Amino acid sequence: MDNKLMIKLIVGTEAMFFLALIMAFVYFSLVPGFRTHQLVSLDIKSTGVFSLFLFSSSFTYWRAEENFRKGDVKHLKVWLLLTILLGVIFLFGQGKEYYDLLNHQVTISSSTFGTSFFTLTGFHGLHVLIGLIVIAVLTCLAFLGDYDQPGSSLISMVGIYWHFVDIVWVFVFLIVYVLPFIVR
Amino acid sequence: MKAIRLPESEKPIPGLSVSTNQGLLQWISSVDHKQIGIMYLWLSVLFLVMGGCEILLVRLQLVVPNNDFLDPEVFNQLFTMHGTTMIFFVAMPAIFGFNTYLVPLMIGANDMAYPRLNAFSFWLTFFGGLMLYFSFLAGGAPDAGWFNYAPLNQYNYSSSPGIDYYCSSLLIAGIGTVSASANFIVTILKYRVGTMSLKHMPLFVWMVLINSFLILAAFPALNAALAMLLLDRQLHAHFFTAIGGGSAILWQHLFWLFGHPEVYIVILPIFGIFSEIFPVYSRKPIFGYNFIIGSGMAIALLAFGVWIHHMFATGLGNTVNGFFAASSMLIGIPTGVKIFNWLATMYGGAIRFKVAMMFAVAFLVEFTIGGLSGISFAIIPIDWQLTDTYYVVAHLHYVFIGGTLFGLLSGLFYWFPKISGRIPDERLSKWFFWLFVISFNLTFLVQHALGAMGMARRVYTYPDFAGWGTLNLISTTGGFLMGISIGLLVYILVKAIRKGVQAPADPWDASTLEWTTSSPPELKNFDQVIPVNSTRPFRDFKRPDDAD
Repeated sequence: MDNKLMIKLIVGTEAMFFLALIMAFVYFSLVPGFRTHQLVSLDIKSTGVFSLFLFSSSFTYWRAEENFRKGDVKHLKVWLLLTILLGVIFLFGQGKEYYDLLNHQVTISSSTFGTSFFTLTGFHGLHVLIGLIVIAVLTCLAFLGDYDQPGSSLISMVGIYWHFVDIVWVFVFLIVYVLPFIVR
Repeated sequence: MKAIRLPESEKPIPGLSVSTNQGLLQWISSVDHKQIGIMYLWLSVLFLVMGGCEILLVRLQLVVPNNDFLDPEVFNQLFTMHGTTMIFFVAMPAIFGFNTYLVPLMIGANDMAYPRLNAFSFWLTFFGGLMLYFSFLAGGAPDAGWFNYAPLNQYNYSSSPGIDYYCSSLLIAGIGTVSASANFIVTILKYRVGTMSLKHMPLFVWMVLINSFLILAAFPALNAALAMLLLDRQLHAHFFTAIGGGSAILWQHLFWLFGHPEVYIVILPIFGIFSEIFPVYSRKPIFGYNFIIGSGMAIALLAFGVWIHHMFATGLGNTVNGFFAASSMLIGIPTGVKIFNWLATMYGGAIRFKVAMMFAVAFLVEFTIGGLSGISFAIIPIDWQLTDTYYVVAHLHYVFIGGTLFGLLSGLFYWFPKISGRIPDERLSKWFFWLFVISFNLTFLVQHALGAMGMARRVYTYPDFAGWGTLNLISTTGGFLMGISIGLLVYILVKAIRKGVQAPADPWDASTLEWTTSSPPELKNFDQVIPVNSTRPFRDFKRPDDAD
C-alpha cells in the first residue's frame, strides 16, 4: 500500500522528466529543416514493429500479475520470462536503429534532430533497460520461491513502473515517428 | 491512546546493523530521522560559512571603484559558487533538516516511511556539495552564474571543467532532493498517528506536503536541463549551441521552469514554520487555518505559470509577456493572504517577544519589502529598465534572507531546545538578532538605489560615478557585519550545546505533538501519543477544560 504510493510518486516525477525532454524535441522540430531530416532518417515501419514488442510486453506483464494474484507461480514465471524476452527484442531493435543511423552519419552531434532524437529515445531505452534488470531480479526471486505465498506488493509495484515506460513510448512514438508523416 | 505504527520492523539486518555508542560511525551509519535532520542542519551551516566567505571576497572587490583586488575570472567563479551554494547547499539542506527532524515528530510517528532512503537522500546531498567544491581543485569552479545561462555554459566560453562539476553535482543533489520529497509525502500521508486527520495536521506539515509535490514536479525540469548540458559539453550535442542550430533560450525556459518554483520551494516550508511560531508566541490559535492551506496550494499551482517573468528581456513578444506579467502579479495575492493571517493571529494576542518571535515579526517587514520589489518586476517596462542591475540583487536577497533565512533562524531558536535539549543564551541571542537585522538592511537596502542608478550586477568592477563608491562601501560594511553576526550565531549554538541550561520538554507552552516528548527525544520518539482532536492537541491535553 505505502510502496505503491511511493512508486506512483516516482513515476509521476519521471513523467515530468520525460515531459521536459519531449518539450525540447518539439521546440526544435518547429525550426525549418528539422522535419526533412527527421523524415529522411527514420524508418517508421521497422520501429513500429519493434514498438509492438514493447507494447505487448505490457500485456504479458499484466498476465504475470493476474497469475500471481491467483497464486499460480508456474505461469507467473512463464509470463515474466516472456516479458523480458519482448523487452530485450525492443532494445535490440533500438540498437539496430542506432547502428543504422550512426552509419549514415546521423549522430548526437550532427544536428538538432540527432541531438534531441538520441537524447529522448536514449533516456527511454535506459528506462527500459532498468525495468528489464528489475524484472530479471523478480524472475530470479520467483524461481527461488519468493512468491509461493501471496501478499507481496513487489510485482504490482514493478508493474506500475513497467506500464509507465510503455506509455511514455506511446507518446514518444507518436511525436517522433508518426506525427511528421501526418503533418507535412 | 493509540499504539504507534513503526515504519520498519525493529529486527536488525544481520551483518549490516551497527550497535549504539560508536561515535562518528554511529552518525555516518544512522538511519534515524533526528540524526539525519541534525546532519542536514550542520551541512547547511558548513556551506553557509563557505558561501559567506566567497561573497565577502566579492564585496571586498567592490568596496571602491576601479578596484583590482580580484581577477575577473576569479570574481566570476566566486559569485557563481556563492549563488549555487546558497540555494542548493544552504537553503535546501536547512529546510530538509527541519523537515526530516520535525515531520515524524509532529505527526506522531517514530521515523520516516523509508529510513534508509532518507539517509541515502542526505548523503547524495552531502556528496553533491563536496563534488561542487572539488571543482576548485580540478581546474576551476563554475563561472557562468548560478542560473548558468547558455551560451556562457558552453565549452567555447567556459573551457574549465567547472560547469561539468556544476551539472554532475546538482544532478546528484537533485536526485537526493526528489527521493527525500517522495519520502515526505508517503510519511505524511501514511504514518500519521491514528487519530490525526488531515484537517488536524500541523500547518508546518501541510506546507511540507504541498512543497514536496512542488519539488516532484519542478526538479525534473532542472535534471533534464543538466543532462542536456552535460551531453552538449561531453558529446558535442547541440541543445544550447546556436552554431549547431540549438537554442540558448531553451536553457532559460527549462531552467526557470524549475527556477521559479524553486523560490517557492524555499519559502513554503518557511511559511509553515511561521504558522507554528505566531500562534504559540501570541497564545492564540492560528487565524484562518484553512486559508493558510488553500493559499499554499494556490502558490504551488501558480508557481508554474510565472517562469517567463525571468525572461521579459529576451524578446518573446508582447502577448507572452502580458500573460506572464498578469500571472506574476496574481501570485502576490495568496502570499498576501498569509501575511494577513499572521497579522490577525497576533492581533489581540498576549505576545511574548522571544528571539524566535522577534525574527518572525522582522520577517513580516523584510519579506513585504522583498515581495513589493518583486511585484515591481512584473511590470514589464520596469523589468526592462532594472533587469541585471543591483535592484534584482536587492530584491532576491530580501526574499531569500528576509524570508527564507529569517524563517530558518526563527525556527532554529524555536526548536533548538527540542533538538539539543539546551536553551541558548537569551541575551546573546537578542544581540545576534539586532546585529543581523541591522547589518542585513545596511547591506541590501542601498542596493535598491544602486540598481536604480544603473549599476550592473556580476560586473567585477565599476567606474567612479557619483554616489556609487559610497553606497558600495556601505553595502560592503553591512556584509562584513553580517559575517560577524553569523560567527556570533555559531558561538551561541556551540556554547548552548556545551553548557546551556537543560531545556524542559515544553519550554514555550506550545501545542503540537513534538513538545510531548523529552528534549532531546529518545531514539524511539514516542511510546504513546496523546489523542489528537484539534489542531492544538498538546494544549487541549494540558488544559482539558478549555479545549479547542
